[in-house]
Amino acid sequence: MIAHSVFFYIFSLIAIVSAVMVTVSKNTVHSVFFLILDFISISCLFIMIGAEFLGMIMLIVYVGAVAVLFLFVVMMLNVAEQKGQWFSSRWDGGTHIPVGLLVSLIIFFELIIVIGGWKYKPDLLNSLSINISTEVTNTRSIGNVLYTDYIHLFQISGMILLVAMIGAIVLTYRERVGVKRQSYVKQISRERDEGVDLVEVEKNKGVKIDA
Amino acid sequence: MLSIGLGHYLTLAAIIFTIGVVGIFLNRKNVIVILMSIELILLAVNINLVAFSIFINDLSGQIFTLFILTVAAAEAAIGLAIIVVYFRNSDTIRVEEIKNLKG
Repeated sequence: MIAHSVFFYIFSLIAIVSAVMVTVSKNTVHSVFFLILDFISISCLFIMIGAEFLGMIMLIVYVGAVAVLFLFVVMMLNVAEQKGQWFSSRWDGGTHIPVGLLVSLIIFFELIIVIGGWKYKPDLLNSLSINISTEVTNTRSIGNVLYTDYIHLFQISGMILLVAMIGAIVLTYRERVGVKRQSYVKQISRERDEGVDLVEVEKNKGVKIDA
Repeated sequence: MLSIGLGHYLTLAAIIFTIGVVGIFLNRKNVIVILMSIELILLAVNINLVAFSIFINDLSGQIFTLFILTVAAAEAAIGLAIIVVYFRNSDTIRVEEIKNLKG
């Protein structure tokens, strides 16, 4: 139990510090790396608490796909280094800093009040409860529920991913001029008559192509 | 203090959520950091859902965390595509120079 709490404090400390560093670091590439560190420590927490499937999915989806996408865009746009732009504003005199801190503090204390006021209410909670069984693994129990009770949501989330993919392609696609491309229609619709030319070759004379 | 309960996880999620909100408010560098702050906020929501799911012994929270992950990935892809298009058109993604809408 003590080891559990020690690891919890270590990972949550890493998560909080790296979340702060995501916000305040001057270099955007460093921000992306701290975001990756944050995701990794949170997924360690998930694995510790018993949701190992979600921890691994977090690693694969966030670190493997989303964070790499961020890194790719940051490096492609060449906006990594923005010197002297750290929290500074030229056109509103920096009033956003106290306003932002105030709003965030209010949100934080509201959340803490909600957590403090949370009472464990079993009579509220057994409306639609799918119990976690300890006999099968976490992955198997999620699969048992995900492909039966939540199959429509699962398919809708697949549609969301498809729409996101098509949208990203449509947004970033641009027609380039002066680039030679294959025309599949032209290639496929070629007939034998225009492709093959039968020539009667006379003796001791060559064939002049493209006459 | 030594035994880790639901409150610890919720407090961690609250702290990370607040850091994400602070990041949206304070950032003046570029829009990509704002997108990363949104990812932090979604991460805090995921922590809340997983912690409740484990401590209430109900699997639904983990299922919904999966769907939130899906939507977050889609949102990141679309947002970054919009940022790429904006950068291509106006050569900057600094927050203080994006004021075409005069907000």
